Amino acid sequence: MTYSGERILLSSQREGQVSRFRKWVFLVVPLVAILFQVYVPMFFPFLSFLEMPLLVVVYFAIMRRSQISGLMVGALVGLAQDSLSKNPLGMFGIVKTLVGYFAASVGVRLDVEHGLIRLLLGFFFFVFHQFLYWVMSRALLGQQMTFEWPRTAMLAALNAVVGVALFHFLDKLKERA
Amino acid sequence: MESLLNRYRNITVLLLVIMAQLVLLAVSAKNPDDVRFIRIWTVTAVTPVARIIEGLRGGSTGFLHNYIVLHDTNQENQRLRSELDRMKMENVFLKNELNTSDRAKAIQVFQQHTPSKTVAATIIFTGAGSNSKVVFVDRGTMSGVQRGMAVVTPDGIVGKVIAAYPTASQVLLITDPDFAAGVVTEKSQVHGTLKGQGTPQCKVDYVAFEEKVEPGEWVYTSGDDRIFPRGFRVGVVKAVRPGQSFKEILVEPSGMQRGLVEDVLILIEGVHQRIPDAPSGMQPIYIAAPPPGNESKPAGAAVPAPVGTEADRLRSQYQALGEEQKHTYGENPPGAKPPDFTRLANPGAAGQGAYPLGPAGKNTASPAGTPPNPGAVGQGGYPLGPPGKSAPPPAGKPPNPEAGKNSPPAPGAPPAGPPAASPAAPAKTGTGGQGGYPLGPPGKSAPPPAGTPAKNPPDAARRLNPSAGTPAGGQIRR
Repeated sequence: MTYSGERILLSSQREGQVSRFRKWVFLVVPLVAILFQVYVPMFFPFLSFLEMPLLVVVYFAIMRRSQISGLMVGALVGLAQDSLSKNPLGMFGIVKTLVGYFAASVGVRLDVEHGLIRLLLGFFFFVFHQFLYWVMSRALLGQQMTFEWPRTAMLAALNAVVGVALFHFLDKLKERA
Repeated sequence: MESLLNRYRNITVLLLVIMAQLVLLAVSAKNPDDVRFIRIWTVTAVTPVARIIEGLRGGSTGFLHNYIVLHDTNQENQRLRSELDRMKMENVFLKNELNTSDRAKAIQVFQQHTPSKTVAATIIFTGAGSNSKVVFVDRGTMSGVQRGMAVVTPDGIVGKVIAAYPTASQVLLITDPDFAAGVVTEKSQVHGTLKGQGTPQCKVDYVAFEEKVEPGEWVYTSGDDRIFPRGFRVGVVKAVRPGQSFKEILVEPSGMQRGLVEDVLILIEGVHQRIPDAPSGMQPIYIAAPPPGNESKPAGAAVPAPVGTEADRLRSQYQALGEEQKHTYGENPPGAKPPDFTRLANPGAAGQGAYPLGPAGKNTASPAGTPPNPGAVGQGGYPLGPPGKSAPPPAGKPPNPEAGKNSPPAPGAPPAGPPAASPAAPAKTGTGGQGGYPLGPPGKSAPPPAGTPAKNPPDAARRLNPSAGTPAGGQIRR
């Protein structure tokens, strides 16, 4: 992994480089992430804390540096996730749409190749995702869910660590200029 | 205007997408079937991949176990050889036991024996979400699965189908907080509503404080919810404590006691079953037969039921009388002498014992108030003494102890002794009446006494006598 020196903030949008991926990557990677989330916990229940679809959305959003692209990826992955859950369609979709949008917005300003930035982004967006989902569940569906900050923070840290490794792996799928 | 849109293009697109999904959410929450196609697309896209992965996993696991992981094979072989002699002795038994314990076999056996129509399914993946309590199975509408069908295993219920797609179905597990089912306890038949809690244990709600439910008691489906047929196992009561409005009963689901199972059965057509009787926990008590002539009947004792109807008994009496007087009904010319019906026994004398009279010509019941002829059946219902020679005492008096010693019982007469102690086999001749007993003339066929076990004895009788039958002259009370 190569980090761009000590700077983590970009002075201008042009400084950041837009990563390009092959088209099949946009299809296969989210599909694998969703399959991972629905299949792997069957045999390894302790891995159910991993929000692979969220990490994938964050990665594509920050690497593409396009807000529209980020929110579209988030919406599609979220809707697919909704389809495989018992919730009404749109819960994960809305949350991940916002995550994709904001992740792309942040990615424009930050050096997203930096490992620490990726770790912090992974942590922040996991908490944001869980909190927004909790708010929507209470506000829109009237579900009496509890939001446990310590647990969420711990899971966010774990997801962030996994996210750094995952992002490093996904970097290899980028098209080389 | 155009420049304004270009300037706020990103936020505009975001708002549009959010709005669209809010509408989708509203429609989906109101009526999920309106936007079902999205779920169908996703499930149809994911299912083949999941099946391939599951196949690869199963194959690679088998390959690993069979070919790669051989480091302890030698030790295993030595151990097995040392146990071979002993194993030979137990081979047949253990094979059966192992086969039955095998899950797939158990499911197959269960599928064959359950009266409900089922279809076997395999869980291929779980629902999305970290706290998800839904799973997907590889059977869908193409296999006849519909929404609302029950999902069970031989150990107990697992969940219910909440969405059926062409190639897969979504199953809400019993542990999901949205799950509910009507249940009934085994011993006290207390009805309640089983609810998931999101934890491995479920709770039974709406059970009043005065109801008696004990830990360790089995809980079965009651069939009230019209989803799970009555009589399927749910789980064991683990804790009972007072709640706010009702009792708080925690149940450990038996269908998921080994974790999330892989193979399940979907009830295509559920059939209600009987809830097994709870063992009383008390040892059976032997109760001797009442003395002959004792008319008192203990309350609750298993009293032999009368055979046939009153008309059947009267018919037997008249036939006996006809044979005694060499009279064949329906075959005499006009003007022939009719039989002497004054010699007919008082029906009350043959009364409650409900046994047919002995052979005609030998047994003649005496009218009420007079000692009946030997062989006639008193209220105790026992033929006493040689026919035509000695008369049993009237009801309430002890029978003649010498009776029955001088000659064997008349052919066709029920054997001496209490009815429950003499389960004579039903005669093969004669016309079967109610209960399968012959109605032919006495003396030709031996009608069994009342209480003779029929082909399928009542459940109560089976419970009383689970093994080889009631001990002679007695009964078992639990």
